[in-house]
Parts: sequence; structure tokens; C-alpha cells
Amino acid sequence: MGEMIKVGMADLNVCVSPDGITTLGLGSCVGIALRDPVTKIGGLAHVMLPDSTAIRNNSNIPKFADTGIEELVKKVVAKGANRTRLVAKIAGGAQMFAFQSKSDMVRVGERNVEATKKKLAEMKIPILAEDTGDSYGRTVIFYPENGDFIIRAVGKPEKVI
Amino acid sequence: MGDLSLEQMSQEYFDILKELGNIGAGNATTALAQMLQCKVDMSVPQVNLLEFKELGAAMGGEEQIMAGIYLGVEGDITGSIMFLLEKTSAKHLVGKLMGMASEGEEFSEMEFSALKEVGNIITGAYLNSLSTLTNLVIYPSIPDLTVDMAGAILSVPAIEFGALGDRILLIQTQFFDEISIDGYFILIPDLDSYGRILSALGMAG
Repeated sequence: MGEMIKVGMADLNVCVSPDGITTLGLGSCVGIALRDPVTKIGGLAHVMLPDSTAIRNNSNIPKFADTGIEELVKKVVAKGANRTRLVAKIAGGAQMFAFQSKSDMVRVGERNVEATKKKLAEMKIPILAEDTGDSYGRTVIFYPENGDFIIRAVGKPEKVI
Repeated sequence: MGDLSLEQMSQEYFDILKELGNIGAGNATTALAQMLQCKVDMSVPQVNLLEFKELGAAMGGEEQIMAGIYLGVEGDITGSIMFLLEKTSAKHLVGKLMGMASEGEEFSEMEFSALKEVGNIITGAYLNSLSTLTNLVIYPSIPDLTVDMAGAILSVPAIEFGALGDRILLIQTQFFDEISIDGYFILIPDLDSYGRILSALGMAG
């Protein structure tokens, strides 16, 4: 078994088989795992907000779905992945509280998922599987070796997508 | 005032927020003692400006199961406030409040609403001191409660702070009755409200 690389909130990293990559406690944020099935090179991003252009203070690239995905693609390609072979799996985007104070923050989880899908479609990266929405947190573990995306939640059985 | 961000926050302002945290947590402790009808002590709160990735670790890991109580704030300032405490501490508090030990892993419906009330009283006391100090009118909304992984709960205030900057202001308080309880406050004023708090405290915005 390889090592486990940890990705924090508003953070991203690349991962080469046999290593795995994980991010803990995704709430309204979205975790995006990319993989080149041939070279078994992958990566994971933990994005917080849908759109970097909607906010002036947007220098933190991994924070946003649009810039974060671009950066992750750049990084996995630099590591040796083939751009055209990349496939994605995504998880997260929950609504943690029924109430959310500000109107533009309402459904931020859902909007994160939408923005993620839009960006991946734009970059022609197919989404093979997703586990998004609902109202609970998720820990995700991704293995570029076989593409398994493991999802853990409190009080729920582990699932692999 | 739209230019203000946490990154540019002066030491002076940071000290004021720290002091607000202190007084707020003190009031919250008094409220807690009254509710539980026993003596509750409090340690000096720690106020830290943390990067998003450091948040989970500050609470014992992103997967630590916490109870998070989240309220909207309206009036002269707008935003939201969150109070978090570790699940076993939450169970302990609820057990004391209801006069019986809480059984099992999950919260019953009754315990859930008792915990909501605990959060309501604690955050209410906190906001009260803020209101008194600043002379600003602050109304809290009905609280919402969730029990989940720390990281997942924290994503909500982190996202709200995310619009302001790359760090989050965390106020950590320790309460002691029979056991020690770690509680965390996160106050999330909207961008404009920062300026209003500053001016109300007699500082140029």
C-alpha cells in the first residue's frame, strides 16, 4: 500500500498510484477527483465556492470550483497524466443547515455542484460517478490505481462509487 | 467599507474582537450556569485567525463529531453566528439539562431540541454582550442544529468567510462543570457589518 495524501479545505493535490488521496469532512464544499486510467495519475480538489469571478478577493485558486478545477487539471497533466484521458468523480455539496443566513449563500452546496459540473463539461472531462447533495458531511478517499472513490458519512455504511 | 477584509485587520481591531470574545463567552458561561443550576467555570478564551485548512485540526480533526448550532443575525448588523461543541460534551450537557443520562449514540428528538435550546441560550448571551458593548441592535433568528463531522459543519461558516478572505476568526472557550467542555464560537458579520461594529466601538472604519 502506498501513502495517503491529505487535502485540506480550499486545497488541492496530485496523487500517483499506489498512493491514495483524501479530504475529510466535506460539507457544502465539493471534492473533485481526477484520474488518467492509463498512467494511474490522479488528483483531488476541495473547493468551497462556485465562482471566482463573483468575488473580488479571489487570489486563492483552489477555493473556487472554476479556478480550482483548472489548476488541478494543470497539476495532474504536469505530473504526467494525459489531458484527453482524464475522467472525474465528484462528491459533497450538502446543505448542512436548513436555514442559511444570506440569500446568495442559500443552496451554496448545490451551486458548488452545478459550477463543478459546468466547468468539467467545459473542459470535456466526463463525470463517471457522483455522490452529491443531501444534508450530511462526507469524507472521501480516492485511489488512482483503480479509480475507487470511497465515501464515508456519520452513521451510514461506507460506499464506493 | 467594502474594501475591509480580515487580512487587513489591524492588531487593534483584533484585540477588540478578542475582548468581545472574552466578554461574550463570559456571559455565555453565566447563562449556562443558570440553565444547569450549577457552578460553571470558564478558561480565558483563545481567539485565533485561522486558515481554512487549519480549522479542522483546531477542533481535534475534521472527522471529530460535533454539534453545530447556527443562527442568523439581523438588525443593525447582519450575518450569522455558530456555536460548536464536541458530541460527548453535547450529550453531557443535554443529560444534565434533562436530569437524566443520555443513552445511546444518537440524540433523541427531545435531546435534539434541548440541545437547540442550549445553543440558543449560549449564542443569545454572546450576542447580548456584543449588542451592549456596541449599542447596536442585534436580533438572532431561530437556531438550526446539526450533528456531523467538524469539517462538514465548518464548511458553512468557512464558505461565508470565504467571500471575505482566506481565514476565519475562531473563538475557543473551555467550560468546566464536572467535565471540561470545549466550545467554539464563530461570528460571521457581513462585510458591511464589520465597519458598523468598528464605528460603534469608536474606531474609524
